[in-house]
Amino acid sequence: MQSFRIAFIFLTRYGRKVIFMAFFTEAFRKALSLLFSLDGELYGIIFLTLKISAEALIISSIIGIPLAAILFMKKFPGRGIILNIISTFMGLPPVVVGLFVYIMLSNQMGLFGSLRLLFTPVAMVIAQVILALPIVMGLTHTSLMSLDVLVIKTSITMGASNFQLFMTILREARYGIGTAVITAFGRLMAEVGAVMMVGGNVRYQTRVMTTAIALHKGMGEFQTALALGTILLLLSFIINFFLQFLKGRRA
Amino acid sequence: MAEYMFKVEGLKKDYSGKTVLDIEEMEIKRGKITAVIGPSGAGKSTLLHLLNGIEAPSSGSIWFEDSKIGEKRLSLDLRRSMVMVFQKPLVFTATVYENLAYGLKLRGMNKEQIRQKVEEMLDITGLKDKKHQKANTLSGGEAQRVAIGRALIIIPKVLLLDEPTANLDPANISIIEELIKFAKNNYGLSVIIVTHNMFQAKRLSDNTIFMLEGKIVEYETTENLFNCPKNETTGAFINGKMIY
Repeated sequence: MQSFRIAFIFLTRYGRKVIFMAFFTEAFRKALSLLFSLDGELYGIIFLTLKISAEALIISSIIGIPLAAILFMKKFPGRGIILNIISTFMGLPPVVVGLFVYIMLSNQMGLFGSLRLLFTPVAMVIAQVILALPIVMGLTHTSLMSLDVLVIKTSITMGASNFQLFMTILREARYGIGTAVITAFGRLMAEVGAVMMVGGNVRYQTRVMTTAIALHKGMGEFQTALALGTILLLLSFIINFFLQFLKGRRA
Repeated sequence: MAEYMFKVEGLKKDYSGKTVLDIEEMEIKRGKITAVIGPSGAGKSTLLHLLNGIEAPSSGSIWFEDSKIGEKRLSLDLRRSMVMVFQKPLVFTATVYENLAYGLKLRGMNKEQIRQKVEEMLDITGLKDKKHQKANTLSGGEAQRVAIGRALIIIPKVLLLDEPTANLDPANISIIEELIKFAKNNYGLSVIIVTHNMFQAKRLSDNTIFMLEGKIVEYETTENLFNCPKNETTGAFINGKMIY
């Protein structure tokens, strides 16, 4: 009786495994067939995902990297508080950011309601910039802090102007800054809460990979959702590989 | 033009209420190599930092040629007249070529001029075969040669060296000493070198300052200071006795 029970448990577990494996294999197969299906809607979603993440990343980097360098170089009252706020905001919940941007852009009560940006890709970029900026700033500042103090002294004694010193420290911290940008990119690609809230997941307009996954999951189409998730992972992998390659080649 | 390169009057530097440097009067001669010797904590490096304007004095005055410095931040022109090389060789994360070109780029020199000067400096420093090597992969001695070459290439008026050969092997010490002599003889540089190595001071310098507890004990020509020191403590120090 005991051995029968053990055999039953084993079979049940083994059976579950087989079903699970088959489910994932099928999802992966579906992901590949979707990817090569020449489906215009899917390609549109992929393009919008990349476009929004890339725009948000570029804006965050253009603003965040110089601001982090200024925070590193200039000592002023309140600097510590600002750094604390940045550290806190590195873990901002996307849903809260989405809600904040939603309120700011909403027609009824928003300060910028008249711009009619809600449920547009612009609103999604704004929300993503708010999410990525503290990550770019915080990690850039950390990489600058880990620079050898002699980098600054040497640059000054060699006759660098303030701007030249600024450029020197950024160049010396470039690998750390590269990591900051890659980390922020990962966060943006995977983000769903904020873009869902301010983008609204409107078909052909504001639907991105993550919101599409959430939609299919909501409709019970788990395999399609998983296939889309696989495509998103593949995309992230290819882009990260490319960014790491650039970083490594310069190292 | 003033005869001195630096003149110091009533110079004091305090850290957390403790005076680490206290010099009543001192002049550093133009076109000479001046060695600053003394035990650890004598204020040698602090003096160098103050002369370079990296740190501000707590009180007193410093003149660099005819310009009074030390009270406010040095102007870019003055800062570009002197270069300091630190004990730990700092090379930028770039090739040897780019490291040597750094100061020239800061001064807005064109690419061809930079190429010529860097090639010349690669020869002088004996680093020609390392031209395209990442500078952070060099040995300590080679890295220090890059740091000194990077300073010399801009031909400053003053070269400030803070124990540039500490922890280096004899071969690299010899190359670096030759570089320093070359700079003085060919570019007419004034050199101030802080060193623990009394033999090095003897070999290299025209004048030597002996410092102890933030004060100048003796300032003489190197020959006089080493052969017939006027001060008893100086004599004890150069004879290798424990004086602190």
